[in-house]
Amino acid sequence: MRPAPTDTRAPTPRGMRVAHVLYGFGPLAGLIVLCIAGTLLNRDFATVDNMMNVLTRTSFIGIIAVGMTFVIISGGIDLSVGSMAALIAGIMIWLMNALAGGIGGHTFAPLAIVAIGIACALLLGAVFGCAHGLLITKGRIEPFIVTLGTLGIFRAVLTWLADGGALTLDNNLSDLYGPVYYASFLGMPVPIWVFLVVALGGALILNRTAFGRHVQAIGSNEQVARYAAIRVDTVKIVTYVLLGICVGVATMLYVPRLGSATPTTGLLWELEAIAAVVVGGTALKGGEGRVIGTVIGAVLLSVIANILNLTSIISVYLNAAVQGVVIIVVAFLQRGRR
Amino acid sequence: MSLAIRFDDIRKEFGPVRVLHGVSFELAPGRIYGLLGENGAGKSTLMKILAGYEQPTSGSVLVDGAPRQFDGSRAAEAAGIVLIHQEFNLAEHLTIAQNMYLGHEKRRGLLLDDAAMRADAKRYLAQVGLTKHPDTKVRDLIVAEKQMVEIAKALSRRARLLIMDEPTATLTPAETERLFALMTKLKADGVTIVYISHKLDEVERITDEVIVMRDGRFVARNETASLARQQMANLMVGRELSDMFPDKVPVPDDAPVALRVERLHVPEWVEELSFDVRAGEVFGFAGLVGAGRTEAFEAMIGLRHRSAGTIEIGGRRVELKSPRDAMRHGLTYLSEDRKGKGLHVNLNLQDNLTLMTLERYTHPLLDLKAGRAALADAVRDFGIRTGDLGSRARMLSGGNQQKLALAKFLQPNPNVIVLDEPTRGVDIGAKRDIYFLIHRLASEGRAVIVISSELIELIGLCHRVAVMRAGRLQAVLGLAHLTEEELIAHATGTH
Repeated sequence: MRPAPTDTRAPTPRGMRVAHVLYGFGPLAGLIVLCIAGTLLNRDFATVDNMMNVLTRTSFIGIIAVGMTFVIISGGIDLSVGSMAALIAGIMIWLMNALAGGIGGHTFAPLAIVAIGIACALLLGAVFGCAHGLLITKGRIEPFIVTLGTLGIFRAVLTWLADGGALTLDNNLSDLYGPVYYASFLGMPVPIWVFLVVALGGALILNRTAFGRHVQAIGSNEQVARYAAIRVDTVKIVTYVLLGICVGVATMLYVPRLGSATPTTGLLWELEAIAAVVVGGTALKGGEGRVIGTVIGAVLLSVIANILNLTSIISVYLNAAVQGVVIIVVAFLQRGRR
Repeated sequence: MSLAIRFDDIRKEFGPVRVLHGVSFELAPGRIYGLLGENGAGKSTLMKILAGYEQPTSGSVLVDGAPRQFDGSRAAEAAGIVLIHQEFNLAEHLTIAQNMYLGHEKRRGLLLDDAAMRADAKRYLAQVGLTKHPDTKVRDLIVAEKQMVEIAKALSRRARLLIMDEPTATLTPAETERLFALMTKLKADGVTIVYISHKLDEVERITDEVIVMRDGRFVARNETASLARQQMANLMVGRELSDMFPDKVPVPDDAPVALRVERLHVPEWVEELSFDVRAGEVFGFAGLVGAGRTEAFEAMIGLRHRSAGTIEIGGRRVELKSPRDAMRHGLTYLSEDRKGKGLHVNLNLQDNLTLMTLERYTHPLLDLKAGRAALADAVRDFGIRTGDLGSRARMLSGGNQQKLALAKFLQPNPNVIVLDEPTRGVDIGAKRDIYFLIHRLASEGRAVIVISSELIELIGLCHRVAVMRAGRLQAVLGLAHLTEEELIAHATGTH
């Protein structure tokens, strides 16, 4: 009655595997089609300069989206990332300006000030993320509600700090800090390098560590994970801390670009980051997802904006509308996946 | 107006997989049929076709001699055919009356006629013998009551043929009695009932005729009275099933106590529970649903609040605050709710198997190859039948899922393993495999605790059985006292 034990290396039936791979390539195929279209529509699209420009602009959202991927796969959500970025930028600038003025007659080297600013950004991100995680797990409040609340709180505090206007970084510091955004290394702008490192690190953590596996298990079925002796609360808190640190990294790259934080800094970043995750094939209800998909999703969304900028077929004012259509179409195509 | 049904060469394919290979048989009106078969025999698929949830790839269903094609459960319901699912189709937040008329609401003009629905609901509830008010929310009912609501709902739709899929899986003996009385009454009213169950003793008691399916084919039909239980089992499995249970090996006199629980108290569930289990012993827990067995063990491993009680594992007092603590001290608990608490059905076999012991595969990156090897070992050791090692857990049959779950909770190599309803919804062949596995675990020197609602299982497997009632330990019965009568008497408090 019982068949002999199956060979360990028995492959998935070829048809299923091909279908699976095709699903994985869906966003990539979309990106390629878009790039071909962009090239046909405007010769400037396919230049190295333009590519670097697009990728540099993608890096902020992309880095946040990598963190968001973990949160969403674990079954959570974070609506506050845009506001969080704004507040981190504001506090960071305020701190650096204060240090530049010297404290109690003690002055700091400009380079040290920038380093402290960066450390402050990362630390704040981790602290905010940890607060989210604690409220969600120990406080047992829905992630949607917690982060909806902090979305308002973070931005309001920034607006108050900036007195409704802008917090602007001291000129000398700005000159020193500028290269973090504007400089290139081996022909590639620094933000793209950072994006690359974050994405590779994220993919490694998600697929090849016990923590990554636990994140997927919790998103797939939290109850089962709990019964399987996984520290569900701890894992969830760590996903929010990781996302917070990603927001800190993105902010640290963003501040030298304009050298100021205003009440509109990071506006709607949460939507773009979530959109990148979803377009990349991660299910909003959690359980499965891929960092590489998120990266492709983020790039795809900025390529759309770029094409609209370069061509005049659709007004650039409709950028968000086109992105919205893309998100809905992708969601439609991924319907029956589970 | 009773219904006569004829299946005529029904075939059904899901993609490349053929699950029904031309099934033909008839159901005469006003009888109770037991539909038997192992998991995967195709009985559920056939019944889903009859009730309009699936369409046959070819062949036809004849109702009272006329071929009918139901393109949905509503169409089947209109013809008087209702399938009651194993997992109920009730909206927990709505009331009994609202559930009964969901999708068929009575109206007066544009508004709902709640008074009429409530009155009707009351009538049908009385008919099935449920004394709850129609405005009670379904989430406040116990499982047996929900089942009564499902049946009342079917009656309100004028059901003439009722298909019940494992209706007693979660019922206590007393509730099962009530259900059987109701079934007998429905039969007298001319309702045809198809009763799908793995519990052969119940099939023997309640059905008039038995139909057996195997591997997507019709195998046999016989008057129930003319078949012995063993014959039914043999027909289902297609081989001689000489003995379901391995011989019990006595626990050595010098075997140490592996688990000792004293005065465990779980608010609202368990009071003053004390027991001990020795290494190499199979220790059973009997009791009605709600007796507090599951809750006691969930509280022991920190999944519920416990207000008092001490636990010793291997002679050492331990503080267990989480399943992780329990696992570290050598105790794991496999829940009765396989899909909700035991396995990630959407993850693949390997991820499920290695989930509890990932540290073992992390140096510091996960060693996927070692995970695959562990899966290959488990598939061999536990006799998990799967065509594809890369498939997801949901692709396995119930029995094989259960074996995978057992393998998963044995990965940490516990000295004490608690198995809650280890054979629920599992076919006979897999059941036997699991019994032998439990026997093996005990002979390896582990303490095995089996919580079960199937008395035969407890009697066949255990050295001692603790009986709980309403949160209290009633008795611990040794080999000499392990009979169905004793167990029921203690469980129901009629001893």
